[in-house]
Amino acid sequence: MAVSYYPGCSLHAMASEYDESLRAVCEALDVELAELADWNCCGASSAHFVDDELAIRLPARNMAIADRAGNDLLIPCSACFLRLKYADKELRSDPARWIDGPYRGETTIYHVNEFFDRPALMASIAARVERPLAGLAGVAYYGCMSQRPPKITDAPSPENPVSMDHLLRAIGMEVRPWSYKTDCCGASLTLTRPDVIHKLSGDLFEAAREAGAECLVTDCPMCQSNLDTRQAEIEARRGTRYDLPVFYVTELMALSFGDGRTARWWKKHFVDPVPLLRSKGLAGAE
Amino acid sequence: MPDDPLIRPECGFLAAVEERCGEKVSRCYHCRKCTNGCPVAFAMDVLPNQAMRMIQLGLEDELLRSRTIWVCASCQTCTTRCPNDIDIARVMDCLRQLSQEAGVAPGEPNVARFHRAFLDSIRRHGRVSELEMVAQYKLASMDLFSNAKLGWEMLKRGKLKFLPENVRDRAEIRRMFDKRPKEGR
Repeated sequence: MAVSYYPGCSLHAMASEYDESLRAVCEALDVELAELADWNCCGASSAHFVDDELAIRLPARNMAIADRAGNDLLIPCSACFLRLKYADKELRSDPARWIDGPYRGETTIYHVNEFFDRPALMASIAARVERPLAGLAGVAYYGCMSQRPPKITDAPSPENPVSMDHLLRAIGMEVRPWSYKTDCCGASLTLTRPDVIHKLSGDLFEAAREAGAECLVTDCPMCQSNLDTRQAEIEARRGTRYDLPVFYVTELMALSFGDGRTARWWKKHFVDPVPLLRSKGLAGAE
Repeated sequence: MPDDPLIRPECGFLAAVEERCGEKVSRCYHCRKCTNGCPVAFAMDVLPNQAMRMIQLGLEDELLRSRTIWVCASCQTCTTRCPNDIDIARVMDCLRQLSQEAGVAPGEPNVARFHRAFLDSIRRHGRVSELEMVAQYKLASMDLFSNAKLGWEMLKRGKLKFLPENVRDRAEIRRMFDKRPKEGR
């Protein structure tokens, strides 16, 4: 299966382990990723703060490239996913306003969980699992932008998404129920108002711990970075230890497939996941 | 909300906001669903439903000066839950844009500086260089030393790239910025 791939700026830098693990998972499942040629930044959380037109024009250029490629489009970053979904809807209703040339408007845009949580791919995933992540208890954290607003994301259940829960169960994990799946972690304010993220992310850690989770799993590079890199200072402020590794869902999928490259991804994490994985007999296979 | 109990409603601002963003703010009946679900309400000086009321009443200056419009994280919870189908997060975008176009000093100057640094990096390269963007933000905010340890730890783990990536067709990217109707700095 050939799929167009829009990594976005984060996956080429801060979230390179997300990019590498997603590529590893796709390779294992015979999904061929074709990175969009000469893609540009989608404008993320910033363009719409300043200019509505720019907020469509930047992602519209990428959608036009994907439209010409003609395949489904996989977007692992939640911010990119949302901005390209906005642009796609605008382009479908009035292409001439945004681009020169035609727009077929037949590209289906997928975020990571929804991409894999389809019957044929779920069957391949189940068949590929070599080391089920038995005994590893975690919570699925979806964050904001892959779900909201549903009129743009087309999320079927934006207040209680289940696609990542399905994926994690398929690789043998114990997925704990919690009510914070889509609560904001505050990542967009991480540099400017750290006090806000100390509260929002701290509340997520408390809730995850209360749910009996040993780790958080996400599919958003901003959430992962925020929850992983800020955890130590939140622990210091709250006078407690959470010690909750924050995984990308694709890292855990690759681990369950017996991929030998996981150790290099763990080195990028601030909260070291190796002790937890070792205690479950899931580390050291590399 | 302002301390002065005497407010003389004025509809021009409501009309301007509704016209610009296409959202019917006049439909808001203050059920407070937006405010109750807002994760950053605790850090706001004007609550989301109060902001809708201030638009209805024409309290333009007070609202455009507020911290609220900058502290909103665009998490879209309010938009998703509004029973009157008002895209409140979009209204917040509109208020930020109006405040910049009117030259109002941002209620949260660092948030405005952050987005400026982010967009400048896109304008230069077509993609964001996280390292360059953070450096520009740090200089602009004069907040040079907070998170220094965090930055170092990120460098050590290879999470920050030194060299920016460039889009080949950067002229096209610059044209997108130049088409902007107003600079809005």
